[in-house]
Amino acid sequence: MNRPSTHWRERDPAALPRALLTAILLLLLWPGLQLTEFRPQNLFSGDNLNTMGRFLSGFWPPASDAEFLHLLARATLETLAMATAGMALALILAIPAALAATRALSVSTLLSGRAHWLGRLLRYPVRMLLIVLRSIPEIVWALLFVRAVGLGPTAGVLAIAITYSGMLGKVYAEILESVDQAPARALLQSGSSRIAAFFYGLLPNAAQELTSYSLYRWECAVRASVVMGFVGAGGLGQMIDLSIRMFAGGEVVSILLTFLLLVLVADQISLYLRRRLA
Amino acid sequence: MSIRLSGVDYVHPNGQTALQGIDLTLNPGEQVAIIGPSGAGKTTLLRLLATSLLPSSGELRLLDLQPARLGSGDLRRLRSRIGLIHQSPPLPPRQRVVTAVLAGRLGQWSLARALVSLCYPLDIPGARQELARLDLGDRLFDRCDQLSGGQQQRVGIARTLYQRPDLLLADEPVSAMDPVLADHTLSLLGEVARERQLPLVASLHAVDLALKHFPRILGLRAGRILFDKSAGEVSEQDLTALYANESLTARQSEPANPAIARPVRCL
Ligand SMILES: Nc1ncnc2c1ncn2[C@@H]1O[C@H](COP(=O)(O)OP(=O)(O)O)[C@@H](O)[C@H]1O
Ligand SMILES: [Mg+2]
Repeated sequence: MNRPSTHWRERDPAALPRALLTAILLLLLWPGLQLTEFRPQNLFSGDNLNTMGRFLSGFWPPASDAEFLHLLARATLETLAMATAGMALALILAIPAALAATRALSVSTLLSGRAHWLGRLLRYPVRMLLIVLRSIPEIVWALLFVRAVGLGPTAGVLAIAITYSGMLGKVYAEILESVDQAPARALLQSGSSRIAAFFYGLLPNAAQELTSYSLYRWECAVRASVVMGFVGAGGLGQMIDLSIRMFAGGEVVSILLTFLLLVLVADQISLYLRRRLA
Repeated sequence: MSIRLSGVDYVHPNGQTALQGIDLTLNPGEQVAIIGPSGAGKTTLLRLLATSLLPSSGELRLLDLQPARLGSGDLRRLRSRIGLIHQSPPLPPRQRVVTAVLAGRLGQWSLARALVSLCYPLDIPGARQELARLDLGDRLFDRCDQLSGGQQQRVGIARTLYQRPDLLLADEPVSAMDPVLADHTLSLLGEVARERQLPLVASLHAVDLALKHFPRILGLRAGRILFDKSAGEVSEQDLTALYANESLTARQSEPANPAIARPVRCL
């Protein structure tokens, strides 16, 4: 008779909260599917299947005439340039913001184990800024900037720079907090400045993660600049938009293959750098 | 006076009292070993001396300064004069040994110098000299994660010696070394402290090493100083009292009373 009560007292105290959280997550998922009217069977209804079939049959062979390839190369370069310039601008804001927002370099945490209220007060606005920057999707910024600075890649670059600085800043700050803090703490403890502690204590631990995330984001920026092409920001997006409108399936496939190639290349670079930094 | 603690208490943020009523004075060049059971508060005391914690109450003076009264700039300057050897050496695994050692002087270097040295180590001979004393002169350009635990601990020591501190602290500095190496390393620490006229405070879990290498022994138990004597005066009874396991002896001497164990019911 005594056993069950002992058993009850020995239970993992974290079990109930965890079970509740899982249940809540599952409950939230169901209305989500309802709200989005997720009905995969629509894809396979007779009519839609026919239209798709006709469009797809025009996909082969991929367009490969010299003039088209020349245009494709130009558009690819434009897209890459848009993504890269946008990322570079984003980094200029994201790096200082991440250093300001991260708790990893807090000297007061070193002293008392808890951040000083002043430090927390200063980190908060930076976090808010990062939230504001990334809360508006890049495509919305692109639409606004196309109005402001006219059609062309400038709008795309600005849109990527704004949204991505928010994302990069937030994730950089969190990566810095997630790696082993002991080396940087020890340096702060022996009188090093925060910047020096960052370079000698945090960066060696975080470099691999930071690089890999930045390259993944660059890959996303390439995709984003393609999407922004649809609203007039130039590059591959604008090109594929035209090709789809003209039902030029071959051209669409060539452009899609170019996407595939770009992502493959980004992935290889990421792999190589990760190995170098490992 | 290099170190002066009077009536120092330390309470951890979670309410755990780690140190109570600590009085301790250390003169320049004096060498002290802290011994005591695990959880006694050795690490906490060393962190107070390294200004990585501030006393909850009582007075702490280090190198004629009071850390609690210093502004952040002065505190940083004081910290760059205090060298703490950590029990588990805080070295980034991917960092090269030479960089890890040179990082000891970040508190004294300008940021520009620190950044240049990150690209090309600016004081290779200096780093090699400290490492050579610890028998690691040939591992200068290896990565820290290619070293054994004991070797990493010695790199940590080399870094602190390279820092040229005015006060040398060590938290179980030889815990990952074999007996011969531990003996050798402690001799070296004592030698350096004598050479540079530094006060040295080290916590050790091996009593024989403490008695052999340190003229003064501090026995710490449950956050209080049990004894503070010269090594020759430490008796067998002192050590028995220091390491006695209270809960074990309690269970042996008084058998559990069933009347007390039963929960009291209120109606
Ligand atoms: N960060 C912390 N938060 C709360 N309690 C701690 C912390 N660090 C140590 N303690 C407690 O303080 C006491 C002394 O710990 P410590 O100084 O590490 O002992 P020692 O180094 O002698 O083994 C222990 O009871 C330990 O549980
Ligand atoms: Mg300890």
